[in-house]
Amino acid sequence: MTDTIRSTCPYCGVGCGVLLTPQGNGALKVEGDPEHPANYGRLCSKGLALGDTVSLDGRLLAPKVDGKTAKWDDALQLVADKFKDTIAEHGPDSVAFYVSGQLLTEDYYVANKLMKGFIGSANIDTNSRLCMASTVAGHKRAFGTDTVPGTYEDLELADLVVLVGSNLAWCHPVLYQRLAAARAKRGTKVVVVDPRRTSTCDIADLHLKLAPGGDAALFNGLLAHLADQGEIDAEFVSQHVNGFDAALETARAEDLSLTGLTEADLATFYDMFTKTKKTVTVFSQGINQSSSGTEKVNSIINCHLATGRIGLPGSGPFSVTGQPNAMGGRETGGLANMLAAHLDLENAQHRDAVKSFWNAPEMPEAAGLKAVDMFDALAAGKIKALWVACTNPVISLPNANLVEEAIKNCPFTVVSDLSDQTDTARLADVVLPALGWGEKSGTVTNSDRTISRQRMALAHPGEARPDWEIFSEVGRRMGWEEAFDYRNEAQIFREHAALSKVAGDFGKDFDISALSDISDEDFDGFEPQKWPITAAREGGRFFADGKFFTPTGKANMLAVNARAPQAELDEEYPLRLNTGRQRDQWHTMTRTGRSSKLSKHLAEPFLQINPEDALACGLKDADLAVVKGRAGEAIFRVWITEDVAKGSPFVPIHWTCQTAAASTVSKIIPAIVDPFSGQPESKSAAVNITKFTADWYAFAISANAFETTSDYWAKVPAEGGWRAEMAGSGELDWQAYSQELFGTLKEPMVMVDQSTGLHRLAFFEDGKLSAALFVSPEPVAVAREYVIGLLGSDAINVLAARPGQDVKDPGPTVCSCMNVGRNQILDAIPVEGGATVDLIGELTGAGTNCGSCRAEVAQLIAQHSPRMAAE
Amino acid sequence: MQNIVIIGAGMAAGRLIDHLLEEGQWNITLFNAEPRGTYNRLMLSPVLSGEKTFGDIVTHDDDFYKKHEIACRFGERVVAIDRSAKIVTGENGDVPYDKLVIATGSTPFIIPMPGHDLEGVLPYRDLEDTEAMMNLASGKKAIVIGGGLLGLEAAAGMQMRGVDVTVVHLMGHLMERQLDPAAGFLLRKELTDRGITVLCSTNSKEILGENGKVKALKLDDGTELPCDLLCMAVGIRPSTALGAECGLDVGRGIKVDGQMVTSDPDVLSIGECVEHDGAIFGLVAPLYEQAKVAAQTLLGKEAQFVNKETATKLKVTGCDLFSAGDFADNENREEIVFRDPATCSYKRLVIEGNRLVGAVMYGDTGDGPWFHGLIKDRTNISDMRDTLIFGPNFQGGAPLEALGGHCSLAG
Repeated sequence: MTDTIRSTCPYCGVGCGVLLTPQGNGALKVEGDPEHPANYGRLCSKGLALGDTVSLDGRLLAPKVDGKTAKWDDALQLVADKFKDTIAEHGPDSVAFYVSGQLLTEDYYVANKLMKGFIGSANIDTNSRLCMASTVAGHKRAFGTDTVPGTYEDLELADLVVLVGSNLAWCHPVLYQRLAAARAKRGTKVVVVDPRRTSTCDIADLHLKLAPGGDAALFNGLLAHLADQGEIDAEFVSQHVNGFDAALETARAEDLSLTGLTEADLATFYDMFTKTKKTVTVFSQGINQSSSGTEKVNSIINCHLATGRIGLPGSGPFSVTGQPNAMGGRETGGLANMLAAHLDLENAQHRDAVKSFWNAPEMPEAAGLKAVDMFDALAAGKIKALWVACTNPVISLPNANLVEEAIKNCPFTVVSDLSDQTDTARLADVVLPALGWGEKSGTVTNSDRTISRQRMALAHPGEARPDWEIFSEVGRRMGWEEAFDYRNEAQIFREHAALSKVAGDFGKDFDISALSDISDEDFDGFEPQKWPITAAREGGRFFADGKFFTPTGKANMLAVNARAPQAELDEEYPLRLNTGRQRDQWHTMTRTGRSSKLSKHLAEPFLQINPEDALACGLKDADLAVVKGRAGEAIFRVWITEDVAKGSPFVPIHWTCQTAAASTVSKIIPAIVDPFSGQPESKSAAVNITKFTADWYAFAISANAFETTSDYWAKVPAEGGWRAEMAGSGELDWQAYSQELFGTLKEPMVMVDQSTGLHRLAFFEDGKLSAALFVSPEPVAVAREYVIGLLGSDAINVLAARPGQDVKDPGPTVCSCMNVGRNQILDAIPVEGGATVDLIGELTGAGTNCGSCRAEVAQLIAQHSPRMAAE
Repeated sequence: MQNIVIIGAGMAAGRLIDHLLEEGQWNITLFNAEPRGTYNRLMLSPVLSGEKTFGDIVTHDDDFYKKHEIACRFGERVVAIDRSAKIVTGENGDVPYDKLVIATGSTPFIIPMPGHDLEGVLPYRDLEDTEAMMNLASGKKAIVIGGGLLGLEAAAGMQMRGVDVTVVHLMGHLMERQLDPAAGFLLRKELTDRGITVLCSTNSKEILGENGKVKALKLDDGTELPCDLLCMAVGIRPSTALGAECGLDVGRGIKVDGQMVTSDPDVLSIGECVEHDGAIFGLVAPLYEQAKVAAQTLLGKEAQFVNKETATKLKVTGCDLFSAGDFADNENREEIVFRDPATCSYKRLVIEGNRLVGAVMYGDTGDGPWFHGLIKDRTNISDMRDTLIFGPNFQGGAPLEALGGHCSLAG
């Protein structure tokens, strides 16, 4: 019997506690931690499937130099030498680190210290730039620091929760569950502001289908309305806020038509907000990933400052982050325009204090290159040595084609990651095997400032090492032995905590100095705790007292205007492409993409498109479409739905060249950024959409991994093997093709209807189905879940592509945890009506575990429940 | 009571008598050249292989004829028919008739090559032929000329009795009238696997004998295949001699109209001896239909024979084979093919327009009757085309997903 280990989920910024029980064979049992204040035992489908993601398949277990396995010593020395030589020849700003919101605080701390304190450049930026940089900028402008005022409890204490640009149900499912539970209990009103009808709308009292870029106009209109209705907290404003008049004046002049909303909808929302004092405005990527993201953030904060609704139980603006340690990265200064401990790089006093704390040789005086600029500089040849840690910029950064080219051309690139087969690692000169979640140890900070431990539950595989140790090794080899003489995470954490005292002394928010001398033992047993953590103060909310971290001590209201997305629509590119997440995948699928359970939900990159747009583009359901922007193009499966507005199609961000042939969204996204935050405008590319013409479409399943080479493909694990969607051109010899595809010389079972172009082939090993290919000149009609379930069985009728009348097809998976398909849910809906999500749960099990699919179950009930009798 | 004379007690005649006895009163006289009444000739193969006895396959026994007071003239040949006097003359005397039914069936075709009249050269038609093959001792050699339905049943039956059998077939693949080359190949493989030598595209030249008894078959390439028995199963010819002699219209068979009436309104004909609308018949299903129509005609009722698509099943244990309809290639025809090398199953459906016109199955023939039904009923199959070849269990049901993995919410 192995002990259960308390740790933290590695996905979104909710930062749920998990209980990990190693099963002794490398497997891991994962449950929600009932005592963790983020989730109190809840987990979403992704978190629950974490156990599926820890296998060592495809793991890099030893360093590689130029594609060949190398000794750690040699690889580290090479990295240190190359960086030193480059700096000596071209100066400190000729090198850069690009890191990740998935690194632990200790990793981040060491990388930031190495770059800013010792290399002497500020060229360290992070994929968090793509996630919440605009919030950081907005927070700093309004509060003087990057401070999240409230806590998760506020979502449960509020009477009104406004979700702006947040598909909470899919992206932060546990917070959504907490909100949904509170709403069920106390009738919390929920407003969703989103161009798209998402699953989150299931609990919305009001859904505002905002026009892209209309956010600031919406909140400017709100500010003016609040003023008109006398809902301004004059005392709070006069004592604690600067800039009210200018902000209001600008707000009054705003053109509300930019919201694209009816006056009635605006009036309803404004009235709800005005009359409800306990209001939390949750915002996420829909706000941040914009060329005017910072302005949007401030337009929201303005409304809370003007009404004094900040830092109070159930009141405040609330940014939720997308990564597990975006906040820890912000706290350690792991962004090009930050120093450390929420101190300012451009402030000489701050700089000197940190320099002397670190005993650093030199410090940069200006901000370094933010992500997009960093890769522009790389493309321009200004950066000559790059280190990418724990992220995949070839997939995630805008204008991905250029990023790929820039990395290829960079004289020296290091990647430290779990695999040498990510789209970025494949381009690197040196790949260093890092530890992954479940193996490493340290701390993370979630969206409500709760610091939690990630703990090691699995043995370190091969020669993999923690990221902090890799950075320290290189630091020592570059000549800074004392500064990087770290022995364990606790030692780094103590230094990080001690440095925060410097910030505290400057009157900054981030102060955890009470932990400066935490023992190794106490660090091991560290319980989740919200910062600040000082002798004087622990946790709680900020700003109710009206004290802000600006030089004047007052908050700033900003005069901001709505600004349309910067990618211009024209005749050639008439559509505005929205992007986002899907429920059961996360980022570039390096983790979730290993789970067959999670891959069932939406197993292919899709394009949600409004019926009118689809008609105009000549698309029908299940076609493939080429989405083309000025930067590049990608291919997606067409899903026609009213959930997206006309002119505003949607695609998910997750697919990489490892999981799909041509569905990398970032290749379409232009490198347009917010002027304040440098955050790319990821949700507003101008695109056109045309049908992808294929001679054939195919669906493939196999018990063994296989290599797909067609023009279009998307491949994910399936229960007992793999599944792929494919399409291509030309007339093929399908027997030879399938034999090559599945790597077998066996003669397949075949069904051919030559005239209709239907070819179906199945391979058997010892009488059990090992692979099958279904080919059609049209998008392939197959009972996919059913045929996948036949892998490893006799499957004599597999080529019928559907179950016989004696067998039920469960349909595409809706509930990943309990493995319930759409057909099973539809069958359970009573013909006499009266279906509820709970009833369907009782009957089928759907939605009874993590609850992530409850919104979808509700949608199915709404679509398929019999109408009540007219009388 | 009408006098009905029936010449021939084959399967068509047997069925006709069954129908006649259901209604009306008749004075029936039944001539048969074979010294017995009706038995199921199709089941001679299981008798040959030893899986059944002759008793098992008799459909009308002595008790039956006695009970229904049918005058049996078995083992007696008819020598003449006087249509003007309405008298049939048998070897043992005359019988007057009000209505005459000629059901003389067919005669096996014997290739008139040298040696065809040697002892031990025989067709496969009746119990006598069957018994001759059954009497061949284990370890002896037999040659079957003709790789059609009957020839293969003879070959398989003898092989099961331990005889060393070689099949000599003129065409490129076995059962070419019922099977396409792929199914023919699978069948050949199965027969070869069980020890039968199969020679296709092979022409016989001469039968060699010794002391008036068959000794070997000489092929046209000069090869000599020794044998103790040679069975010729290369087809049948309608037995039209009686009809022709009495002046009825005769083409390839005795010509009948849709009521099974010959050129003489008092003479009907059914079975393998007839020609209807240019077609002659070799399978049992249309014969039974003819018997039914003839009975109606004799009862003075309206009936019309329609030559429907027929299905064939090879009765060789372990060789599950089914064929129905027409599956010749032609440019208006499309086909759906299924093959499974592991189980040696093969299915081929031939489609013309929206209809199934032919089906060949080898291995798993369970859905054969269903396909046969679709062919006969001219069912529009366009909606089931995707899963047609997998049979009735895969028809209907919810529409399939074409949207990759993500239609959980769509529609």
